[in-house]
Amino acid sequence: MGTLLRIGWLNLRRDRVALAMVFVLPILFFSIFASVFGGQGETPTSRIRVGVVDEDHSELSARLVEGLRKETGLRVRTTADESNVGPVLDRAAAERIVREGNVPVAVVIPKGMGEAFANNGFGGSSGPSIQLLSDVSDRIAPQMVLGLLQKVTMTAAPDIMMQGGIRQFEQYAGAMTAQQKTAVDEWLPRLKAQGQAGTAGGSSPAAGGMGVRVEVVDVMRTDNRRGSLVSFYAAGIGVMFLLFSSVAGAGGALLDEVESGTLERLLSTNIGMTGLLVGKWLLLALIGCTQLTVMFLWGKVAFGLPLFSHVPGFIVMTVATASAAAALGLVLATIARTRAQLSGFSTILILTMSALGGSMFPRFLMSENMQKLGLLTFNAWALDGYLKVFWRQAAIWQLWPQVLVLCGLTVVFLAAARTLARRWEAA
Amino acid sequence: MNVLTVTNARKKFGSVVALDGASFELRQGELLALLGPNGAGKTTLIRAVAGRVRLDSGEIRIFDRVADGRRTPPELGIVPQEVALYPLLTARENLEAFGTLHGLSGADLTTQVDWALEQTGLADRAKESVKQFSGGMRRRLNIACGVLHRPRIVLLDEPTVGVDPQSRDRIYDMLAGLAQSGVSLLLTTHHLEEAEARCSRTVIIDHGKVIAGGTLSELVDQTVGRYRLVTLRLDAPLAAGAAGDLSAGAADVTADATDGRVVKARMRDVALELPPLLDRIHRAGRSVDDVEVRGPSLQAVFIHLTGRELRE
Repeated sequence: MGTLLRIGWLNLRRDRVALAMVFVLPILFFSIFASVFGGQGETPTSRIRVGVVDEDHSELSARLVEGLRKETGLRVRTTADESNVGPVLDRAAAERIVREGNVPVAVVIPKGMGEAFANNGFGGSSGPSIQLLSDVSDRIAPQMVLGLLQKVTMTAAPDIMMQGGIRQFEQYAGAMTAQQKTAVDEWLPRLKAQGQAGTAGGSSPAAGGMGVRVEVVDVMRTDNRRGSLVSFYAAGIGVMFLLFSSVAGAGGALLDEVESGTLERLLSTNIGMTGLLVGKWLLLALIGCTQLTVMFLWGKVAFGLPLFSHVPGFIVMTVATASAAAALGLVLATIARTRAQLSGFSTILILTMSALGGSMFPRFLMSENMQKLGLLTFNAWALDGYLKVFWRQAAIWQLWPQVLVLCGLTVVFLAAARTLARRWEAA
Repeated sequence: MNVLTVTNARKKFGSVVALDGASFELRQGELLALLGPNGAGKTTLIRAVAGRVRLDSGEIRIFDRVADGRRTPPELGIVPQEVALYPLLTARENLEAFGTLHGLSGADLTTQVDWALEQTGLADRAKESVKQFSGGMRRRLNIACGVLHRPRIVLLDEPTVGVDPQSRDRIYDMLAGLAQSGVSLLLTTHHLEEAEARCSRTVIIDHGKVIAGGTLSELVDQTVGRYRLVTLRLDAPLAAGAAGDLSAGAADVTADATDGRVVKARMRDVALELPPLLDRIHRAGRSVDDVEVRGPSLQAVFIHLTGRELRE
């Protein structure tokens, strides 16, 4: 038994890749996941971006906008431009920035809100309701904004709310006495000051049991909400496994050929190293396209994924993604000296990219810094493209940033693979 | 006519000198054995001819054309030491793949694949995947994939490693057939008896230099000389010191260290020297049960030239 333990330990100690997989890999992944998922809310950049449209232009609506601005959990923009310059947001512009994914949610304070409120308070059954234009692919942001909106309506304008309440009281119970009116007039400025001082730190007693009427509007206007969500997961998981299969395929294409001697034989034929790499890349890209197509077809059959209504966009993104993944696989296979090295290194890289790039956890739920970091990964660009196709109903030309990046990566990866493959040519 | 001439080939990998001025030539239609201890430079030399190693200096001339060392010349067929086949493909599919990559197509490809299957004795196993083949079958197919496109020169790196005597015979029959048709073959091997029996000439390389070359008889003349080794088995062991008495003539006689009944003698002329030795044995009171006469072997030449020290 002791001999077996000794043999096992010596083998492990001398196989550095295996040693790294046992001890370093778990620590590395723990660190990455702790950074991706553990840092939420620690930085101001994790605030939810929200667009606000004031169609009412009343004192109440101004107070609500101001109240939302003061919420530390929100980053409010009232203009078409994110830096709060340029034209003021209108409903159409707000809808567009939600659909394009610039903000997950927009609040529209409709015309007549202030008047209705002054007459009836928020509890009135008539009058317009605040609209929440949302992208329901993000299930968290609209809910959080909804809650904060309720809080802000109760706390940002307590004086106006009280005036409305008193007006209603007088309507049903008769006019107040002069003494009562004097007391109310003294109290209202204090309420106003209290509201302007900030909304954070507890709710007004007046909020108990009452709430502003909010109508949630899905601006994605999708016929098949569940199917569109499935497409998001199909793309996320599909891209991650596309990377795994591309690396495994490239390893099989190059390192196995080196070990078996077939590479030496192939290089003695007319094909040459460039022809060999292009052939391997084409094969891997075709396999990748087939793999993603099968995955989405299964999504269509089993989960109602709306594949057939998005075929052109799907083809563009699938070809671009599979081409880049195949080229990345070739780079990794040309860097690695052995299959064990390739397996260890690529596992670390692919899982890291998948975590940062949104294959495991949607990027829009990450902090803004992590979202920016995610753009360094292959997955983020591929997933953004698929999201545009299936979720944002984007036209094909709107995919150009993603397609450009993926095509650029393909060229860079192929050039790198060709350079690295020189080591197998004449010594 | 020389189809391949290597002149003063030199190659260093870092501080290791792999080739140190090696020179030899391969003639048309001959089967040339390239011998040498492990690490002598055989594989580097073969790879240099194949355009897979660039020489630091020296020249490789193939059919009067100097090879650039960057690509495999089209006249060459390469048979690597590893079984370089796709195990999941069938024998026919492997042949078709490498034939196509070497530029064959259509009816010519089919003809050559059928020829290769016939030559390797694999015609009835053509549709089986290679992973189901024995070592000998794979070796035969490995060679076939390298000669399918009718190369005029074939380089074979240890083509018979790990195969049974039947497969080995089949392989050498294939190579002999190619040589008869005018193809020139250069092979490396550690099986000296095979080289001796099957190859027309031998080149011995050590420390990156060609140290001897020629037919077996030429090598013998250059090295150990034309002695015959005569081994006699007696009916009983000789008395101590008696072997020296037997050497009275020209023959150099020694008793075997492990078996007292065995006596060995080196003779330049067996017809003249053996009868007196038999007479002396008889007079010593012993009779001879068995006699074996062996000519000088390539093994003896090889050891004479490269020494008995282990190289690795």
